[in-house]
Amino acid sequence: MDRTLIRVADLGKQYVTAGEVTFPVLHDINFQIDSGEFVAIMGHSGSGKSTLMNILGCLDTPTRGHYYLEGRDTAQLTPDELAALRNRLIGFVFQGFNLLPRICVRDNVALPLLYAGAGTAQRYERATALLERVGLGAYAGRLPNQLSGGQQQRVAIARALVTNPKLILADEPTGNLDTQTGEEIMKIFQKLNADHGITVVLVTHESDIARYARRLIRVIDGRIADDGPTDRLVRRLA
Amino acid sequence: MILGSLLGEGWGAMRANRLRTFLTMLGMVIGVGAVILMLAIGQGAQLMVSESIASMGSNLFIVLSGSSTSGGLRMGSGTVPTLTLGDAQAVAELPEISTTAPALPNPTQLVYGSNNWSTMVAGTTPAMLDVRDWAVVSGQAFSESDVRSGTRVALLGQTVMRNLFGHEDPIGKTVRVKNSPFLVLGVLGSKGQSLDGRDQDDTVLVPITTAQRQLFGNQFPGMVRFIMVKARSAEVMDSAERNLLELLRGRHRIRAGQEDDFTVRNLTALAQAAASTTRAMSTMLGAIASVSLLVGGIGIMNIMLVSVTERTREIGIRMAIGARRRDILLQFLFEAMMISLVGSFIGVVLGIGCALGFSRLGGTVVVVTLGSILLAFGVAAAVGVFFGFYPARKAAELSPIEALRHQ
Repeated sequence: MDRTLIRVADLGKQYVTAGEVTFPVLHDINFQIDSGEFVAIMGHSGSGKSTLMNILGCLDTPTRGHYYLEGRDTAQLTPDELAALRNRLIGFVFQGFNLLPRICVRDNVALPLLYAGAGTAQRYERATALLERVGLGAYAGRLPNQLSGGQQQRVAIARALVTNPKLILADEPTGNLDTQTGEEIMKIFQKLNADHGITVVLVTHESDIARYARRLIRVIDGRIADDGPTDRLVRRLA
Repeated sequence: MILGSLLGEGWGAMRANRLRTFLTMLGMVIGVGAVILMLAIGQGAQLMVSESIASMGSNLFIVLSGSSTSGGLRMGSGTVPTLTLGDAQAVAELPEISTTAPALPNPTQLVYGSNNWSTMVAGTTPAMLDVRDWAVVSGQAFSESDVRSGTRVALLGQTVMRNLFGHEDPIGKTVRVKNSPFLVLGVLGSKGQSLDGRDQDDTVLVPITTAQRQLFGNQFPGMVRFIMVKARSAEVMDSAERNLLELLRGRHRIRAGQEDDFTVRNLTALAQAAASTTRAMSTMLGAIASVSLLVGGIGIMNIMLVSVTERTREIGIRMAIGARRRDILLQFLFEAMMISLVGSFIGVVLGIGCALGFSRLGGTVVVVTLGSILLAFGVAAAVGVFFGFYPARKAAELSPIEALRHQ
């Protein structure tokens, strides 16, 4: 069985500004990620790591090269098909949590299931179960801004998991959290990867956070500088 | 997306910005309220006209006695009765004509006991009741033999009966008309207002011969003031009018080129003209009111555009977790429709309230029909969809990453 989940081939991205000046952000990116991996993409701000993450999440499109998700070329997919991929295959965790402020925590967690077409009872049952799994069962009726940052990020993780995705994409998930809370969040990712076999791709600029991953891809100025086991690379960086 | 969730999302968005939602809704409230009110007034006016037309009878001409000229001085029409009972009988012989009824009305004082009442006493024949589709609701009508022998009998209109008799039964009682006793034979059914606003029930009918000989002097014996003429059908009205003119000009020995000494009016045509005027007026009222509905719709579009811009990040989040374009489109479309529908519901209630208030205070006849409510509601929903569509599409076509990056 083919275990390749993500394959990126000769991928490049450039932005064109209003003045028709082109800004190259990514050049000739090549790598692949198998199912069950825990990968950290590390780089300084402006290195292009977030752009890479957005392309991996089907939120953005490359200007050159190809991105194959589960063997399918994402350039060939319609916007609705991409939406379905984001809904069922990918779970996002953002730095700023990105919870909808007006609806309660449980509704936030249940929202992806609404777009998946699930019935009301099923949505709430599943959302409640996931909130309990991240230890927030008692907060289901609260609004996001009534929770601490760490709690909000755990809600976001519950939302990412609600459709049972194969891939979690986390963009600086600890960026807005204190060190201790950040560690707790990272342990959740580790557990999801180890116990449930969910592929986790993490974007960060902190080597302390990258250390939780088993594989590290280092991006410098839009190119891959290193790609290998975290232990070896982090030791070399330190 | 599922309807219940759309409703919930829309409701949440409406609640989040209550003042703004309320102000946007106000546009629809006023628009729909205005349409309902204007349609109610317009349809009320149409109802009044059509009731007057129905009370007049159908396929009618009225032939008025003309002006006579004496010593170069031309008198007004009807000042000198130029028409006779013979004219009425001759006209009735025309093939297109079913009935004619001559009339000689005069304002006269009536006395019963200690009550008196000034009204229009009209001498006529029993045919008048047929021509005007006028029912005798109690007692009976006078007959042709009453006309032949000139008996002193009378039929009272509702208003006259009320003023002279109150709650007393007038049948068989005697009223005094110009000091002559008249036996009340019957009471006429109610006709309400005429097209020109006269109370048609403020009248008394007596045999025409009695009126000519005993009530209104003998200056022009056998003369009548006007003749009501009923044609057999609406189709023959034109030829009936031509033949009528020809016949009367012959009988009155009017040479070609000379002016008629009588006037023929097609009452049905007049009534139809009045009806179409009213219809045009009520259409115009509705059209003017619809403009405010349109303005309300533009208000919705404006606010939805602001809302889409404000919630760009929310749209990005929704897209990131799997919302398709049509999910976003439906969400915003639904929100616009909810604002417009809730607004129009309030507008309908307000419009009906104002219409009822108008009729209570101003005495205007208003008619609120289910049709006009459904129309206003339907148009409002269409306005919501139409003006909500552009902002909703704008939201749905955002690129996920740009929406998500929006601050």
